[in-house]
Parts: sequence; structure tokens; C-alpha cells
Amino acid sequence: MNFRPTIVAFLCNWCAYTGADLAGTSRLHYAPNIRIIRVMCSGRIEPSFVLKAFQQGADGVLICGCHPGDCHYQTGNYRCLRRFKLLEKYIAQMGIEKERLKLEWISASEGKQFAALVNSMTLEILNMGPSKIMNSLEVEHLKH
Amino acid sequence: MAKLKLAIYWGAACGGCCVSVLDTHEGLLDIVAAADLVFWPIALDVKYKDVEALPDQSIDLTLFNGAVRNSENKHMAQVLRKKSKILVAYGSCAYMGGIPGLANFFSREDIFKRAYDESESTLNPGRVRPVTKNVMKEGEIEIPEFFNDVYPLSQVVDVDYMIPGCPPQSSRLAEVFMAIVSGAPLPPKGTVVGALDKTNCDECKRKKSENKTIKRFYRPWEIEDDKETCFLEQGVICLGPATRSGCGVRCVEGNGPCRGCYGPPPGATDPGAKMMSAIGTMIDSNEPEEIDSIIEQIVDPAGLFYRFSLPGSILGRKLL
Repeated sequence: MNFRPTIVAFLCNWCAYTGADLAGTSRLHYAPNIRIIRVMCSGRIEPSFVLKAFQQGADGVLICGCHPGDCHYQTGNYRCLRRFKLLEKYIAQMGIEKERLKLEWISASEGKQFAALVNSMTLEILNMGPSKIMNSLEVEHLKH
Repeated sequence: MAKLKLAIYWGAACGGCCVSVLDTHEGLLDIVAAADLVFWPIALDVKYKDVEALPDQSIDLTLFNGAVRNSENKHMAQVLRKKSKILVAYGSCAYMGGIPGLANFFSREDIFKRAYDESESTLNPGRVRPVTKNVMKEGEIEIPEFFNDVYPLSQVVDVDYMIPGCPPQSSRLAEVFMAIVSGAPLPPKGTVVGALDKTNCDECKRKKSENKTIKRFYRPWEIEDDKETCFLEQGVICLGPATRSGCGVRCVEGNGPCRGCYGPPPGATDPGAKMMSAIGTMIDSNEPEEIDSIIEQIVDPAGLFYRFSLPGSILGRKLL
């Protein structure tokens, strides 16, 4: 089977999304497996967003925010970091490999780093294979 | 006015929900004055075939408690859906999967292995496992099929309303029941009734500061509760911020932290995710290593945050 991973990425408006934009305007080539969702701040990303992405079949979820100390709203990225750490522990208990969830800091000038990050994460997930969630959720469907 | 027809049934349940109906005390007399109980296995000897023989839509109200764990639960859920005008998921198990739903951390095979091979009190050299059909000389017997997953009622049949709680507060049940009897306009289908629309923290009387910070988590037995400060501010995980109010904050009033049996507050789909979000705000550190060491003190986040709600949560079960 030709497996093409789907990676859902939540990028903060001020640093990470601008960084991704820079990758685009700089005409950098990188893996097309990423589906970007722009949020105002990485502190806006609720754990339920990430879980929902996995439930809908994402093979990986990438969260990017401003570097520590650089948050446009001062502390949003720290909140994101703590929630990420909790989520990491939770998804491991639920049988989702923790490599499928990544948090990285990308500044507005780091278009190159963003492209490299997407490439390396895509490759890593390509090697891991698809997420098991679809099999697990379709074991028994009682209503139909 | 003709009396209402009321049915109460249990799926994968402990019996506590049925007892909570009895706990309406004298209120039960009002219920019985307004309704005939046509089916209630804990109290009345009515057979399944009698229920199956009822005309469709002939039961006005069915309170279904317990999760759906096996084919018998599923069958009765389908029968009662057909026979009832209003079907209510009564209690945490029917609403979100409840305590039996914690079995979704395992597969059917894991559970059978533990129960029929490994448990300390089991001697089963022939590795006998339950089978659904057994033929013997007296005839054929059939036992329900044990599903791989535990389901909340709404994943199996259409549910009109949910009454949360483990068990639901009896006084709330009496209120809901009397509202139905009085013929008052009913809320839209799918509404959580018998509960309030805020979180437990809004109802809790303990002293709270504006700025909650946690440097170290304690399990309840590791710390002496001062009986007046917010549990979270003392470092004990309390699910109040991620739990719908309506229970009267009875656990905290009894000096125990909230465990989340009333489910997520309105607008939140996943109680555990809500709790992770809340705790993420409170952890008092910005350093990855220190955050790791603080989070390490939460021994079992999945079991703690989803104690009553695993099957009804976003992921629903441990992936196989």
C-alpha cells in the first residue's frame, strides 16, 4: 500500500504561521502531507483539538508556537507546553505512539527550519505506518 | 388523567442507579401515584418476553441505567427504545460509559485472560472460556455475547435525554419526573437534564484564589486536607473545573475531591481534555524538565481524568 501520512498542524498566528508563510514565499519545497490550521496563539490549542484530529484519522499532530519568552500574549506558549506534556502522557496510555505528537517552536524568520521539521516528521511517520485509530474505532459498530 | 407508564432497566450497572430511585424516599410515593411501573428488574418480576410483547411506544418513560457491555444489554436497549416514548440515559454509565467503561483500556481477550486464566483465585487448566451457545442433553443454552468495547447508551440507540451522576441525585430525578408528569414543555432532544449548566467549581464553597498554581501533586492520602481551601490549590487533583454542576458538590462537602461523575460542562465534549487544559494552566513551571517531573506525580492521567467517561470520550478506548 502506498501510505501517505496526514499530519494536522496547529500553528500560532504570530510566529509559527508566519514562519510557514516564509517557507512558502521563499519557494522552499517540503512534504505536502501537512494540513495547517492557524490559531491565534499556541495557548489556544485545547487538548480536545488534538484528540479530535487523532480521532478523525490524523497520523500525526504537530503543534508550533513562538519560542519561549517570545509569545505575543506573553505566556500562551508555556500553557501550550504544559498541556502538550499532559497530552503526551495521556495519548501514550491510550496506545498512540508519542512520536505522533510533536511540539516545536518556530519563529517568524524560521521558514527553513519549518520546512525541515515538516520533512523530518513526515519521514518519521511514514516509517511508523498509519495510526491504528481507524481499526480500533471500527471494531464493532452497534448502532447500524 | 391516565397514569404514566414507567420502566427502569439496568445494563452493565452496579445497581446503585436503581437504588437512587428508591432513595427518593417519600418522593417515590408521588412517582408511584403518577405512574405505573411496568418493568423494573430490581423490584418487579416482569420477564423480557412480557416487555417484548408490549405495543410499540406504549411506555411513556424509560430510565435506562448502566452501559452496554454485552448483547443482552444491546437487545434490551433496542427493545426499550422501540417500546418507549421517552428514553433517558440515567446515570454516568448509560450517559458516558461510567466505571464499567474503564474496561475500554483493555480488549475482550485481555479481560478474559485475566478473569479465566490469570486471576489468583482461578484454576482453569483446560483454559475454558465462555461460549455464547452450548448444547447439552437437556437442550441448548445461550448466554449473551461479551463485546470487545463498552458503549454508552447513545452509541447503541437514540437517546432523548441524559441524567448524569454516579448515581444521579435522587432529588433531581424527582424534579425531572414531576416536570414530565406535569406536562410542562420538554427540552430539546439530547439535553442533559437533572443537572445545572455551570461547573462544580462555581458551586463549590471552598476558598479559592484567583491565581491557582501547583508545584507538586498529591494523591488524597498523601496530604492532610485543611477542609477549607480549594483541593487543587492544595495540590490534590479535583475534577471540579471539568465537571458539570448539579450534584450539590457532595464529594467536596464530604472532604473528597470531585471525580467527575456528572460529565463535562455544557460546550465541552471531552471531560478529560477539559481537565488537561485546566491543569495545564495551573502547573507552576515553564521549564520542560520541571514540568515533566511535576506531571510524573499524576500517576494515571487517563484513568483519573476519564474515570466515568472513557467510552463517551473523543478517543473512546485504548487503541488496539
